[in-house]
Amino acid sequence: MKVTIDGFPIEVEAGTTILNAARLIGGDIVPPAMCYYSKLEGTGGKCRTCLVQVSKGSEKDPRPMPKLVASCRTTVMDGMEVKNITSPEVIEARKGVVEMLLINHPLDCPVCDQAGECHLQDLGYEHGAAKTRYEFDRRTFEKIDIGDKIQLHMTRCILCYRCVFVADQITDHRIHGILNRGDHSEISTYIQKAVDNDFSGNVIDVCPVGALTDKTFRFKNRVWFTKPVEAHRECENPKCCGKVTLWYKGEDVIRVTARKDEYGEAEEFICNTCRFDKKKTSDWIIEGPRKVSHKSVISSNHYDTLKPLPVVKTNPVLKEANKEQFERETRL
Amino acid sequence: MGRKLLLEHINVPGINTFDVYRSKGGYAAVEKALKTLTPDEVVEEVKKSGLRGRGGAGFPTGMKWSFLAKPEGVARYLVCNADESEPGTFKDRFLMTYLPHLLIEGMIVASFALGAKTSYIYVRGEMMPQIRILEKAIAEAKAKGFLGKNILGTGYDLELYVQPGGGAYICGEETALLESLEGKRGNPRIKPPFPAIAGLYGCPTVVNNVESIAAVVPIINEGGDEYAKLGIGRSTGTKLISAGGNLKNPGVYEIDLGLPAEEFLYSDEYCGGIANGKRLKAVVAGGSSVPILPANLFLKTINNEARLMSYESLAYGGFVSGTMMGSGGFIAYDEDQCIVRNTWNFARFYHHESCGQCSPCREGTGWMEKVLHRLEYGHGKMSDMDLLVDVSKKIEGNTICPLGDAAAWPVASAIRHFRDEFEWHVTDAATAVTRNYGIAHYADPLNTVVA
Amino acid sequence: MLSVQDTNMPVTFTPELISKFADIVSRYPEGKQKSALLPILHLVQAEFGWVSVPAMDKVAEYLSIQPIEVYEVASFYTMYFLKPQGKYMLEVCRTGPCEIVGAGKIMNYIEQKLGVKEGDVTEDGLFSWRGVECLAACGFGPVLQISPEYTFYEKLTPESVDTLISDLKAKAKN
Repeated sequence: MKVTIDGFPIEVEAGTTILNAARLIGGDIVPPAMCYYSKLEGTGGKCRTCLVQVSKGSEKDPRPMPKLVASCRTTVMDGMEVKNITSPEVIEARKGVVEMLLINHPLDCPVCDQAGECHLQDLGYEHGAAKTRYEFDRRTFEKIDIGDKIQLHMTRCILCYRCVFVADQITDHRIHGILNRGDHSEISTYIQKAVDNDFSGNVIDVCPVGALTDKTFRFKNRVWFTKPVEAHRECENPKCCGKVTLWYKGEDVIRVTARKDEYGEAEEFICNTCRFDKKKTSDWIIEGPRKVSHKSVISSNHYDTLKPLPVVKTNPVLKEANKEQFERETRL
Repeated sequence: MGRKLLLEHINVPGINTFDVYRSKGGYAAVEKALKTLTPDEVVEEVKKSGLRGRGGAGFPTGMKWSFLAKPEGVARYLVCNADESEPGTFKDRFLMTYLPHLLIEGMIVASFALGAKTSYIYVRGEMMPQIRILEKAIAEAKAKGFLGKNILGTGYDLELYVQPGGGAYICGEETALLESLEGKRGNPRIKPPFPAIAGLYGCPTVVNNVESIAAVVPIINEGGDEYAKLGIGRSTGTKLISAGGNLKNPGVYEIDLGLPAEEFLYSDEYCGGIANGKRLKAVVAGGSSVPILPANLFLKTINNEARLMSYESLAYGGFVSGTMMGSGGFIAYDEDQCIVRNTWNFARFYHHESCGQCSPCREGTGWMEKVLHRLEYGHGKMSDMDLLVDVSKKIEGNTICPLGDAAAWPVASAIRHFRDEFEWHVTDAATAVTRNYGIAHYADPLNTVVA
Repeated sequence: MLSVQDTNMPVTFTPELISKFADIVSRYPEGKQKSALLPILHLVQAEFGWVSVPAMDKVAEYLSIQPIEVYEVASFYTMYFLKPQGKYMLEVCRTGPCEIVGAGKIMNYIEQKLGVKEGDVTEDGLFSWRGVECLAACGFGPVLQISPEYTFYEKLTPESVDTLISDLKAKAKN
């Protein structure tokens, strides 16, 4: 089937969604997705950030679709023409969605462990406004521990439901879910119960924001000061692939996560033993530094050697001020 | 005086019992359909009747039925949507209370047409008395051989069950209703697939409103063509209008579609005018979701023609100067009512009823409510009206289900038509909390449009 | 989040209740017993006055589903009481059409008459009240319904509220 997105044509199999067709094309025309997760069946359609305009339904029925559609849940038709970033209507609607997602978000990025790898942060930078029009108290919840390794900071949650799908599809049974409704909805276990089984840690990786964080990594470091390294081990758990990213601070492994692709999705899910208990370099076979997009804040100062302006090199005051940067250069 | 197809025997004592209902010609449609027609012929009659869904969307019922997928060996379901919760609408409660057998008769005929062997009536949980009435009526019909195995010796089997909801407006949306019927949270599904392909338990399913199902009975009795002779244009047949608000005679009325709005509102046969000798300020013609209109625009279209109670005439003028038939929840506001307060009230309703699944509706409905609350209580700003319109636009059309639109339209339309009243709540905030704006110019004759 | 005292009251389902459950489950196809969840929760609430965590856990066990699936559903719908209420819950419609014919005044009157705030229980344990959204009787407002039977009262006035409250008090005594 042939589909054209923002003028880029591509041939895809029947049943492919617009979003996945766009991902095959790649680049700026890929709609952002906050709730869709290709590895979890049934996700998507909820956050509405991936809305696109279908300007031509198909070769057979060329009528445009009357409303914007969620590209993650709309399958392509032969001859379909889609507008994403070439449609002012889409950009406007997306701006609206981002605003909605942010009105009750605490914007506590300076103290949030997710900062630097937060999809909402990226979305806010790309589509958000500098000032909010919302002048009311924001919704807040108490922080709770769901299990000894995972913290739920519901105030930051955007209700993407991904963690619920993880619990349904990856773990053996689900203990947490969505309670209440409307803007009172919350992720919860209802009564204090520990979410504890071999794969529960994956809820941290799928969370697009800082609502579910790794307690073993909590406040340890900003991600952009860590060094991500690809590694693997022979995991005893038959369902675990054992392929991870280790996040180093100096000589110490301070965090273990699944390997994530360019859309921030885990390539394969990992077990809690790999994630929480294997924090020594000797536990792992190191493959090499993780490739991080040069656009990401995580890559800053790591793999590109520092090329300071001549004035910094010659002026002793500036040299002193950038001392740490120069040292990092020699460390790497 | 229009013909009464649904409510003809409403005043007969004991019409809620099987025997009295039968003695008045009840269940004739079941006999006719099952004994003399094929399922496809029943569908054809409904198509010919031009019946449009009475739940709000107005989609042709016969067409909806013909979309039902019929794969071999897969069960098909008919589900009746009796989750009536749209503010202003109370016709289904009325019909189930007084004429339970009419609904059951319609369910049997419609189930036969669709090939359903098990059908459900999903009644909102708050209507426990109606649930008891329906269960009693189903037991009566079953005892008389109109339900169960081999109905009337025709070989057709049908089980009919009543399912209570749990208290959620959103379950009136057909896919949320199906989720709820499956024992889940009432989160609307993402479409496609539509229920006609994958509905209840993933099987092909038709969901119809109570009144649509009931209307199948006269359609089969009299024939689709006869039914289509009533009404006007593409608004065929009769419609139940739930009339409430500041009316002299509120209640449920069966009207021929096409009845002049003025006659409906003021004649003694129907609403009898505004209560307590007051004047009409505004009308919500089809349930709280549809755009509110000031009195003058409701009675006359922008072209100065008399507004009729039909799908087309009510919608005439689009969102600029028209409204919608919706579910037929007719609310009249007299000169003492405050539009800002009412808009806030509706916004609170949608905020309360949003399922919270998709972000524009979850966040936007609460935001609109808060802004309207501050306007109503004297803390508003002049910029709030533009803000509300903008937020409503950010919700409208961008959500999974129509609740987003339903939340956006009342706010946007109230500001469109009553902006001066909103502004007065800002400029004269201290006064606005003590008294209402009054009727202002909302009932004045329309300016003649000059080309 | 509920406190432990609220949640650990043990619950037993009588054989009569279980047979009602079974009747409901029989309405759905094989393997679709989760459909019975909403009606069963209504029965549980009618029996115990509210739906406690042990009760929900037992329902989950009966339907072979996870407890969280029951919590999710019970907290989504407004009719299920997740904490104990008065024996009679007066639910007054507060939406548009009832509001314009005086629902607000009726709610104020009930609050003053019962002497408890919305959602609280009177000292004798008999009454609670709350405002609810549209009850679909807009032509006959103001209206209220009283759980557990969901009996319905239309065109309310302070006098009719007085009568129905004293009737309920008398009923509770017998």
